[in-house]
Amino acid sequence: MPDEKKLFKVTIDNITIEVEPGTSILQAARKIGGDVAPPAMCYYTPLKGSGGKCRTCLVEVAAGSTADPRPMPKLVASCRTNVMDGMIVKNITSEKVIDARNGVVEFLLINHPLDCPICDQAGECHLQDLSYEHGKEGTRYEFKRRTFEKVDLGPFIQLHMTRCILCYRCVYTADQVSKKREHGVLDRGDHSQIATYIKNSLDNDFIGNVIDVCPVGALTDRTFRFKNRVWFLKPMDAHRDCPKCSGKVTLWNRGDEVYRVTARKDQWGEVHDWICNECRFEKKETKDWVIEGPTKINRHSVISQGHYVGTVKPREVLTEVMNGQAPRLLMDIHTVSEVNQPQIELSELPGPATGDVFENKNPKEK
Amino acid sequence: MQHLTNRAKPVDRKPMTALEKLYLWNIAKGMWITLKHIFKRKATINFPEQRREFSPVFRGLQVLNRDAEGRENCTACGLCAVACPAEAITMEAAERQPGEEHLYREEKYAAKYEINMLRCIFCGLCEEACPKDAVYLSETFAPSNYQRKGFIYGKEDLLIPHPKLEPEAYQQALGTRAKRQEKASSN
Repeated sequence: MPDEKKLFKVTIDNITIEVEPGTSILQAARKIGGDVAPPAMCYYTPLKGSGGKCRTCLVEVAAGSTADPRPMPKLVASCRTNVMDGMIVKNITSEKVIDARNGVVEFLLINHPLDCPICDQAGECHLQDLSYEHGKEGTRYEFKRRTFEKVDLGPFIQLHMTRCILCYRCVYTADQVSKKREHGVLDRGDHSQIATYIKNSLDNDFIGNVIDVCPVGALTDRTFRFKNRVWFLKPMDAHRDCPKCSGKVTLWNRGDEVYRVTARKDQWGEVHDWICNECRFEKKETKDWVIEGPTKINRHSVISQGHYVGTVKPREVLTEVMNGQAPRLLMDIHTVSEVNQPQIELSELPGPATGDVFENKNPKEK
Repeated sequence: MQHLTNRAKPVDRKPMTALEKLYLWNIAKGMWITLKHIFKRKATINFPEQRREFSPVFRGLQVLNRDAEGRENCTACGLCAVACPAEAITMEAAERQPGEEHLYREEKYAAKYEINMLRCIFCGLCEEACPKDAVYLSETFAPSNYQRKGFIYGKEDLLIPHPKLEPEAYQQALGTRAKRQEKASSN
């Protein structure tokens, strides 16, 4: 008998699924997938103790369980509420939930600078997706938005506190993934901010993962800063033999240049194989990696734009017709065009490009 | 056979009479039509001297806008390039350095910005996509050129004249856009 586990039957948006006891509503909904899964800004499956902060995953529990079918009086955070047998949950079928979620998004955006045109996270930002789905076009906030100075946390990570939504994911990551945590949330309420005490830099082997877990553009990769937009890059699955980590990463390529290295994320944007700083920041050459193939990107994501899948190239007959002679090219685009100059290797710059990089045309001399 | 319109007429194939063979009446009829057109309003204009007014929705050569203080609006966000169906726009971004605040409006700017006018189809989607009011289609067209390399427009070709240093050229480049915007804001 002890081998046989009793499964809990739970109904989410009229879809019934059987899950193990101890599963959260969010995880049960993710098993169903699609629109039923509530969005989550702070909950992160691999991080213990995460969740319950952002309130975007609120759902309505119409019946608590078979034993006690009374509805829960308030909306509950689905990431922190476990399922009960016979529970009936309403997510997108509940008007109350949609309304509450719109309110939550409005609150999250109150102090957000909305500088998406500048932000490197644009295109893969969860807050951006969330506000597209639930946000209003305008804001009702009339006061000055909370602002902070940009901070360099070590040579590789840049902190834009203005964009932060205080999800605590980076704090948990530093606690659980790296050996020593040097940053946390200082101050309270409106003043609270992610910071290191007296401008420490964050340096331990796995601290780069805070960039991946950040749902917004608050923690960004300085080695990638302003180099390109994510939707112009080609994500490739690659691995290398790394003594510190699994070495399984996604390379973000433009041509043969590796612009950025990130950990592989699943469909919920969660990382399971943490990668070390060496893989992330220092291996920016294609020859360091064994490329497995292009990463599968959701067709509806902006990142998949311009990636033409299944195209058939017509057979090049010009050389055949001209008896093996190659056609004479009338114009080399690099003689006219000033962008994508072959001698400017943006991926080799340690930080963002400056005007001088493009003026001198040889950044290595500097 | 089913006719496409109800105005179709069968062709008259009767042999012409002697009077008809002279063609005199038909020539006179044709000349009368020609004569009438002399007194009508001309459909053409003498182009280089006279120019037609552009329609308010005309989409011409792209312009990179500056704000009132002459700083470049573009932040190289890449939305115009991603919206471009012809993939004509390319750019490279750089970070604004201390001391460059009078040149660029935001901390990131387009160090290089290029539009390939051979590819551009003047659809105006770049203008629609731009979140910073930085690119818009003006009331001029791309001049013709004998060589392909004359159609790669860089930033120096696209940037609007400085509003403070060259106010007249700036107003001219704005075209009727400024007036239209004023009208729209007053309504």
